[in-house]
Amino acid sequence: MKKILTTVLSLAVAAGLAGCSGSSTSAATSTAGSETNESSETATASVDGKIGVILVGDENEGYTAAHMEGISNAAKALGIADDQIIWKYNIGETQDCKDAAIDLVDSGATLVISNSYGHQSFMQEAASEYPDVTFISMTGDTAADSGLANFKNAFNQTYQSRYVSGVVAGMKLKELVDNGTVTKEALPDAFVGDDIKIGYVGAFPYAEVVSGYSAFYLGVKSIVPNVHMIVEYTNSWADQTKESETANSLISKGCVIISQHADTTGAPSAIQAALEGGKTVYSVGYNVSMLAVAKDAALTSASNDWSVYYKYAFQKFLDGQAMDIMTDWSEGYDTGAVCVTDLGDSCAEGTAEKVAEVEAAIKDGSLNVFDCSTFTVGGAALTDADGVDTTFDGEANLFPIKDGVFYESDVKNGFRSAPYFSFRIDGIEESGAE
Amino acid sequence: MKKNQFEKPHDSIKEPLVHIIKREDVPAWEAWGIRIVAVVLGMMVCALFIQGITDLNPFKVFGSMFNGALGSSSRIWQTLKDMALLLCISLGLAPSFKMRFWNVGAEGQILIGGLVSAALMIRFGNSMPSGILLMIMAGVSILAGAIWGLIPAYFKSRYNTNETLFTLMMNYVALQLVEFFVDIWDKKQSHSVGVINSSTKGGWMPYLFKQQFFLMVLIVAVLTIGMYFYLKQSKQGYEIAVVGESENTARYAGINVAKVIRRTVAISAGICGFAGFLEVSSVSHTISSLTAGGRGFTAIIVAWLGKFNPFAMTLISALLTFMSRGANQIASDFNFNKHASSILTGIILFFILGSEFFINYKLVFRKHGKEAA
Repeated sequence: MKKILTTVLSLAVAAGLAGCSGSSTSAATSTAGSETNESSETATASVDGKIGVILVGDENEGYTAAHMEGISNAAKALGIADDQIIWKYNIGETQDCKDAAIDLVDSGATLVISNSYGHQSFMQEAASEYPDVTFISMTGDTAADSGLANFKNAFNQTYQSRYVSGVVAGMKLKELVDNGTVTKEALPDAFVGDDIKIGYVGAFPYAEVVSGYSAFYLGVKSIVPNVHMIVEYTNSWADQTKESETANSLISKGCVIISQHADTTGAPSAIQAALEGGKTVYSVGYNVSMLAVAKDAALTSASNDWSVYYKYAFQKFLDGQAMDIMTDWSEGYDTGAVCVTDLGDSCAEGTAEKVAEVEAAIKDGSLNVFDCSTFTVGGAALTDADGVDTTFDGEANLFPIKDGVFYESDVKNGFRSAPYFSFRIDGIEESGAE
Repeated sequence: MKKNQFEKPHDSIKEPLVHIIKREDVPAWEAWGIRIVAVVLGMMVCALFIQGITDLNPFKVFGSMFNGALGSSSRIWQTLKDMALLLCISLGLAPSFKMRFWNVGAEGQILIGGLVSAALMIRFGNSMPSGILLMIMAGVSILAGAIWGLIPAYFKSRYNTNETLFTLMMNYVALQLVEFFVDIWDKKQSHSVGVINSSTKGGWMPYLFKQQFFLMVLIVAVLTIGMYFYLKQSKQGYEIAVVGESENTARYAGINVAKVIRRTVAISAGICGFAGFLEVSSVSHTISSLTAGGRGFTAIIVAWLGKFNPFAMTLISALLTFMSRGANQIASDFNFNKHASSILTGIILFFILGSEFFINYKLVFRKHGKEAA
């Protein structure tokens, strides 16, 4: 029953899968048509090799659906024929991934891509056995340290769109405070001291998640300074029931806005039900627009346009230079690689203008998401001497803070693409981590 | 009640349209003939299904299935690997089931065997000679699996608890233990241990003739022959058969039933634990809650369909593996959803399982006109 429900709900989402087709960003889908014409003329005579794609899910799962869309759009834009791409669906984060990779190489693939973090170590194994084939582990973090020339990582600067989605949430929260809906008298549960509670459904206490929720929190805080965020973990990347339960737990604690780093529609559906039941609570989703399952509760979703990266990688592949794909690639609003989805009807007035303003500020560099003057860790502001420990030996080894700004996924300065912001900043409490 | 039966005159009893009669002594060639016919019929229904929901040529789809399972040397090795793992677990289950001890806890026994193997690899992988480490891993995983099976077996022989529920619940305990240790070993909190000893290859089963799975397939082949003789020729195998037929008979014959149950389950679960070791050391080099991957349940089908004959079980596991790998290939080649490929596997399995009915029973139809006369 649960499975059927999940499928139905995710189909509903897939139907509404608009990705980044919002007004704010130039969407790959809308421009794909014109680019096809250009590139079909300029495209080099087709390269012999094939592109193999290893996916953790299929079109029914939001995260994978976003990757499939990115790959298809990129291929279309570059005039890559359908039969030049071999798809492997529902490949678990197990030996199955290596089996699939070897099988793809056997079938003539010279570029193999996997979309889930857990695929990484198996991809690395395959990369070490087939040095002539390029392997890309999306969202991975070990390529630079692996010493393998044919093993690559890439990750969008999703923290930017998380921040913008936080701004959308902050605008809503401000509206609710200004019109007297959220006050200590009316909603005593929604306050810790003077701070308003917001919630976050997290997958695992992993750096990617920490970076994302911190950015979201800072986005909200930039509009409403007195917020307190509760992060609860589901300990799964995609679990409809668990995400729904976690959202309900956050609602019962009084959270007024709930965002998520989890792949299903569990949380938005639960929030929509609570809103219909008379609670004051709104949802900010991830990957895909949640309006299909939460038409009143969904404000927006932080999202990615993966086609930006895939176009870059496929162009290298067509040029016969797949080996030269950057070991670590990361782009954000600059190139349209991240975005927020269409704003829901419940968004506060002026949200679209504010979003455009913040996006422009991120693009021109005048706004930094992790500006150390906007948050504290353990009561003190971070300094340039503070670093993060990505080797887990208890000592900081990465020092990405320069002139009071923490630079996330800073590949241009030699840092890795996978997020590494793992400070626990003040105003956020975590619970439910295993 | 009795009176009623006699009140009714015999000739008023209506003979049903179909009688089901138990068949005795079906010759082996006929039984296998029926099974082959079932597979062919199943494939015909699959063809109808494919034609019905897609415009694809069923022969092309079957061709892709064949290609996926046996299309290249690496695919053949993948198929052999899956088959060997499945067979190894089935070999473990066979003695239990033959004794009518419903061990549905293979999943847990595999996981616990895999878990201790992974623990040893992590702890000693870089400090101990690989050969010695492998021996220790194999031994400890057998022991761990055996303990996992002995717990329900002890309660069964001592308090007559229900072993089906008990072994099933032990699966969940093992699963949670694995999840627990995955979180301890994974420092990044991403819920994945990753490949263990990737650089040093400590605790990895060596490649023979440049083949990752050669040694594993060889070990399972030896185990298959060993299990055949153990069940067919040894005294212990005979005791298992007697206890399975009737515990009272066994007791009357002077067999210590409790002891036989414990010993057999320990062997059975130990082999499943060993399968966990093979999975970790030879195949995946990691541990996760997906390490057993449902094979512990599929192996039950293999053991039963193979009638606990290791050679028949080899054929069955080959067929099942062939179909599942083939189904994956279909999904990739024709953009089938994986559920569609599972339907194909399901149809064929349904026919094979259904064919057992026609091997064990025969249908006798009412002869027309006889009653009227």
